[in-house]
Amino acid sequence: MNALADFIAMGGHGPYVWSAYAITFVVLLLNVVQPWLARRQLVKEEARRLRREVR
Amino acid sequence: MNWTFFYKLGSPKWFYDISGRWLPWFAVATVLLLAVGVVWGLAFAPEDYQQGNSFRIIYIHVPAAFVAQSCYVMLAVAGTIGLVWRMKLADVALQCAAPIGAWMTFIALVTGAIWGKPTWGTYWVWDARLTSMLILLFLYFGIIALGQAISNRDTAAKATAVLAIVGVINIPIIKYSVDWWNTLHQPATFKVTAKPAMPMEMWLPLLLTVLGFYALFTVSLLMRMRLEVLRREQRTRWVREEMEKHA
Repeated sequence: MNALADFIAMGGHGPYVWSAYAITFVVLLLNVVQPWLARRQLVKEEARRLRREVR
Repeated sequence: MNWTFFYKLGSPKWFYDISGRWLPWFAVATVLLLAVGVVWGLAFAPEDYQQGNSFRIIYIHVPAAFVAQSCYVMLAVAGTIGLVWRMKLADVALQCAAPIGAWMTFIALVTGAIWGKPTWGTYWVWDARLTSMLILLFLYFGIIALGQAISNRDTAAKATAVLAIVGVINIPIIKYSVDWWNTLHQPATFKVTAKPAMPMEMWLPLLLTVLGFYALFTVSLLMRMRLEVLRREQRTRWVREEMEKHA
């Protein structure tokens, strides 16, 4: 067994450890990406509205 | 004492400007703390002599549980400030922090369940700590639902503030649940008054990920609050000018 395979296996606890970390990573990422996307959306809509008003 | 800062804090524009300057620093801190803490915790911290490698879940479980509870206390504080001083920004903070707190509670519950399987032999027990954390999740759901169900902004702010303040009773119950009842859950890892119950090379990465989670919470909260401020102040001149920069 090489060191990397040992690391991934976590002495048999691999599935528990990695699934916990994967879920956490996705949720944390979601909490930052979601407001970022919402902000982009808002800025885009506002820009369109402003252009319409200028015309 | 000079109270002008307090009034400034109530000003959405002031908040928007200063939070824009802070945000990158918190983002950098989040990435550094979490990267170092997680790699250290997963790859370099020694194995637990009883739990083996499954204990490495602690490096995300404990920080998430910490932030979940601190966030709720923050909601109650924001609710009080909103009710007493009618500060509008307090309501923005309350509404924006609630979903993050709910997600953190979710992480704590799910990682705890996954950790429970190899350690206790079960994903879930109706243990005092687990049950009180589940109640915390429902309190968050209640606050989010209440905030969205009432269309009048001032009424919604008052109602959610009251619920946040009443629900804070659950926080000491969560904290002391491991002492008051016989539970499967292990006692607190961090104690202010005592030396840590684990060796330094296990404890330091935990400290890093706890700080990292708080930094990430701040980043997410500031991003959401800035967005909400822009939405609420849409008609004001400064928001128009801010938007024209991007147009």
